[in-house]
Amino acid sequence: MTSAQGLKSLPQANMAASSHQPSAVQRAPQQLRTPSNRKTIYDRNLNRTRTAELSRASFAYLFGEMVSYAQKRVTGIQDLERKYHIPDAHNEWSRVWAYCIANHFLRLNEQGYPLGLRLLPLLLYREPPRTSVRPNRILPLLQFIHGPFWRHLFGRTADAIEHSSTANNEYMISDNEPLVNQYISVPKEMNQLNCAAYVAGMIEGVCDGCGLKAAVSAHNGGTEMWPGKTVFLIRFDEGVIEREGLLDAKK
Amino acid sequence: MSYYFCIVNTRDQPTFELEFGTSKQGGDGIARFSPEARELNPFLMHASLDYVDDLQWYTNQMYLKRIDHISHTHISAYLTPTSTRFLLLHLPHPPNTAPVPPPQSSTSYSPYGPYTNAFPGTTFNPSSSLSASASSTATTTSSSNTRILSSSSSAGGGSGGIPNNPTSPQTEEAIRLFFTEVNEVWLKSVMSPFGGPLEKVGSPVFRARVVAAGRKYL
Repeated sequence: MTSAQGLKSLPQANMAASSHQPSAVQRAPQQLRTPSNRKTIYDRNLNRTRTAELSRASFAYLFGEMVSYAQKRVTGIQDLERKYHIPDAHNEWSRVWAYCIANHFLRLNEQGYPLGLRLLPLLLYREPPRTSVRPNRILPLLQFIHGPFWRHLFGRTADAIEHSSTANNEYMISDNEPLVNQYISVPKEMNQLNCAAYVAGMIEGVCDGCGLKAAVSAHNGGTEMWPGKTVFLIRFDEGVIEREGLLDAKK
Repeated sequence: MSYYFCIVNTRDQPTFELEFGTSKQGGDGIARFSPEARELNPFLMHASLDYVDDLQWYTNQMYLKRIDHISHTHISAYLTPTSTRFLLLHLPHPPNTAPVPPPQSSTSYSPYGPYTNAFPGTTFNPSSSLSASASSTATTTSSSNTRILSSSSSAGGGSGGIPNNPTSPQTEEAIRLFFTEVNEVWLKSVMSPFGGPLEKVGSPVFRARVVAAGRKYL
């Protein structure tokens, strides 16, 4: 269940230790190329202000391109959203990560995955110190996704978190008007498709990043009031539920 | 005190390594690990990963404090939200090298006192007086712990905690500040779309930043 299980690679640890000669590193600065303003990424501030928001038009344009990039290269809707199955994925986001890279981030879900994985530490870094804790249980994690995560991406919190009444490991986060779908018109024959699969990928990245392995998918849940309502179904791994039970029992 | 800092990714591979010494109390910032200790350090680090993996579910803090110690070698850990581990191994006054000069005020301070043998079973310095009491404290961890505490409190106390005393609250706080600073720099490096949380961090700027953080706090 833990990431160390069966994955220890001592030879590699040793190899890296011996190959890391300090002389090679000290020689590097001469070869280092910096941008004209002499600022490397390490000189930039991680705290962006509210004014640094993206224009919606440029996002809509880029997202449209992403959808068509994915559409050109896949065979069906399921494939377009994402359906990968990695049998030995354990608890390891690094394997999904490697999978996404190997697939050239082909599907919408895969395009979102690395983003979620990166947003997780960044957003926690920006939180005030008191709340800057790792969400290592299901509920704090869902609250993190519902709150800071959604607020960062869309400027508001998500509309609801629900726990499935039938399956213990299923949670749903719903958004009445997903921003990503606003400028996407899905053809009639593809009405199963929901391009918010991109956001589902991000959520999955966040969940996996915390070590709570989950599969996340986006579903159309349109109502009369909210025709574009999207439900993100988060299906946690059996192991995660089992661990939650154990941790609760210990308390 | 000598430090060995390592960033370990979720596949248990080191992505960054650095050895440095204390800069407090006139330290010159150079690690004084014996060749044997230098070879053993990655193993000790690796052994402590299990503790990190266990602990990560019981606490939601990122800083896990001092998680492991083997004889006089202590290991502190910091866990990023994506389970990348920062490990810092600290060894006060390695046995067979010249120790950092003790504070002048101390009269009862003996540099070779409790630090005769960092790794029981391997003899680094046969000439050092390895008394029976010292070897017994080295094998029983709990008593060696109290031994370190008592020796460093007699050595100087007060602000002199960091270089000599790996278990003091000051050291804990200094290491926390060090980790927090490294976390910020690490975050900047993994945000880069050309790298990632699994790749080796090779940037010399990154290294310089970590060295600076070490000099500032440890």
